[in-house]
Amino acid sequence: MGRTLAEKVWDQHVVRHGEGQEPDLLYIDLHLVHEVTSPQAFDGLRMAGRPVRRPDLTVATEDHNVPTIDIDKPIADETSATQVSTLRRNVEEFGVRLYPMGDLNQGIVHMIGPELGLTQPGTTVVCGDSHTSTHGAFGALAFGIGTSEVEHVLATQTLPLRPFKTMAIEIDGALRPGVTSKDVILAVIAQIGTGGGAGYVLEYRGEAVRAMSMEARMTMCNMSIEAGGRAGMIAPDETTFDYLHDRPHAPQGAEWETALDAWRQLRTDDDAEFDTVVHIDASTLTPFVTWGTNPGQGVPLGDEVPDPEQIADEDKAASARKALAYMDLTPGTKLRDIAVDTVFLGSCTNARIEDLRAAADVMRGNHVADSVRMLVVPGSMKVKAQAEQEGLDAVFTEAGAEWRSAGCSMCLGMNPDQLEPGQRCASTSNRNFEGRQGKGGRTHLVSPLVAAATAVRGTLSSPEDLTPSVLTIA
Amino acid sequence: MEKFSTHTGIGTPLRVSNVDTDQIIPAVYLKRVSRTGFEDGLFASWRADPSFILNVEPFDRGSVLVAGSDFGTGSSREHAVWALMDYGFRVVISSRFGEIFKGNSSKAGLLAATVEHSDVELLWKKIESRPGMELTVDLGAKTITAEDLVVRFEVDDYTRWRLMEGLDDIGLTLRHADDIDAYETTRPSHKPTTV
Repeated sequence: MGRTLAEKVWDQHVVRHGEGQEPDLLYIDLHLVHEVTSPQAFDGLRMAGRPVRRPDLTVATEDHNVPTIDIDKPIADETSATQVSTLRRNVEEFGVRLYPMGDLNQGIVHMIGPELGLTQPGTTVVCGDSHTSTHGAFGALAFGIGTSEVEHVLATQTLPLRPFKTMAIEIDGALRPGVTSKDVILAVIAQIGTGGGAGYVLEYRGEAVRAMSMEARMTMCNMSIEAGGRAGMIAPDETTFDYLHDRPHAPQGAEWETALDAWRQLRTDDDAEFDTVVHIDASTLTPFVTWGTNPGQGVPLGDEVPDPEQIADEDKAASARKALAYMDLTPGTKLRDIAVDTVFLGSCTNARIEDLRAAADVMRGNHVADSVRMLVVPGSMKVKAQAEQEGLDAVFTEAGAEWRSAGCSMCLGMNPDQLEPGQRCASTSNRNFEGRQGKGGRTHLVSPLVAAATAVRGTLSSPEDLTPSVLTIA
Repeated sequence: MEKFSTHTGIGTPLRVSNVDTDQIIPAVYLKRVSRTGFEDGLFASWRADPSFILNVEPFDRGSVLVAGSDFGTGSSREHAVWALMDYGFRVVISSRFGEIFKGNSSKAGLLAATVEHSDVELLWKKIESRPGMELTVDLGAKTITAEDLVVRFEVDDYTRWRLMEGLDDIGLTLRHADDIDAYETTRPSHKPTTV
């Protein structure tokens, strides 16, 4: 019988088949490292007297803790500064390449892998960060790991892994203008739930996926973890190869041709069977936003805040009641009537050049509402430079938004960019958990287009709501 | 890693589902570079509420956490496991766990025991009927005993074996260093390097 894409990549990386209950040992092609989940791993190596087995397959950057303004000054927060300086000491001692704050290649760890051409089809990619699933957009088997596993990979370049099941997410039909891959993935999570993908590698397939850019595909794979998936994958195609061609670490010359031959084999065989298949009709989707405190609690922007009393499943109803209390929302309120005071355009989900272009198209000639603060945080310094070359920074600043340097920023409350208690934010990031963007902060997950329109109107909005109507092709 | 065979301790009911790792330990508590001392961050936001279960005697002395479904979703932070262990928990029971959390637990020595949700309900009722009741978790038999109630739990056999033997994963893998060496000679030359 045929094999799925995920199974093919798995098979190519088995160092050793486990005996009995022992899991298979898989080789890891690329290990991305950042300052938060690595210090205890390097400590472990030091205590055991172990080296990093393959520094040439390991790369580090600084992202979670870094401020996104005044980056030429020392980090003010002492503990953040310690974490960053600890990483610098560790990479120096163990011989790992680092792209530090201020470097032209610095950025969120899931931005720089693809940008540098390190993320390639058919590779295994890990990082001590759950959004490692992003790299699956290239047909890589990529997943987040904990610190013990970070140490394991540093020491052995392998991981013992339990087998996974496979789930096909078939996204048929074409997306309408103004509907993005962010809306698709939020709709997928609302459909299958935050635990629906548990134990599975998700493969996104179908006409809508084939039509997506690499940026859009990365957004979708990025949030696979929000559906509980171990990883998300998309079979590589010409779009993938075009993106990779001539990137600094992509194969060059004859190697490029060899690589292409290998990469073209990386697709699910016609006679392969998935353990589960989920269908989504792309042509029916509209912009999607979350109202609750987990990413599965989302509805189309045109809907109302749901009533927990109408939810049959008692567990889900209880979860909804708790979420609405935290979010300070009343059932029946139109989503479009919800006013926000902050808009965050950033994160490893939606801070690529295409996201900034789409938002800038909406902002051009418009102004951020008086009641709103908008942060625009490019995911990497490369994206920042590109955006500035295209004049996007001026579009944002002239509209009254803040233009910043690269980092995880307001996606998580670890650096100076945080919500105050009670503040409400339309955010292009990936998690609307309680306190995720700062203690007491309230998050609505949205696409870059919705973020931009919301910034202008001050209430959750799509570009269609603007006068004159702005409709960009996603 | 300390060996785990059976554990007996006070059961603490956490009647919440979808407990993500940002709730278990908010990001602001992740800045430590050591491996211990994370107990302060455990459920930090919720602990500000005096009625939160960890602020209630005798549940604050619990070592077996009985949680709602989808416990430990979200961020990969192993700090969530460390915070639970630093506080004193040795076992977490739920009907479903976040995948990465479950993996992290097995590496750090916290038992993540999967049971049917109906059994979670039974355990909640039981331990709330007599606060301070001790549960006995037997990893060999894969059972949880609360007085006359006995519930079976699932844990994969490899994790069970490693926990019972207290084995270090890296040490186990390095016994196969020859296999890794051999594999590396077969890697295609077009694979990327970071240098």
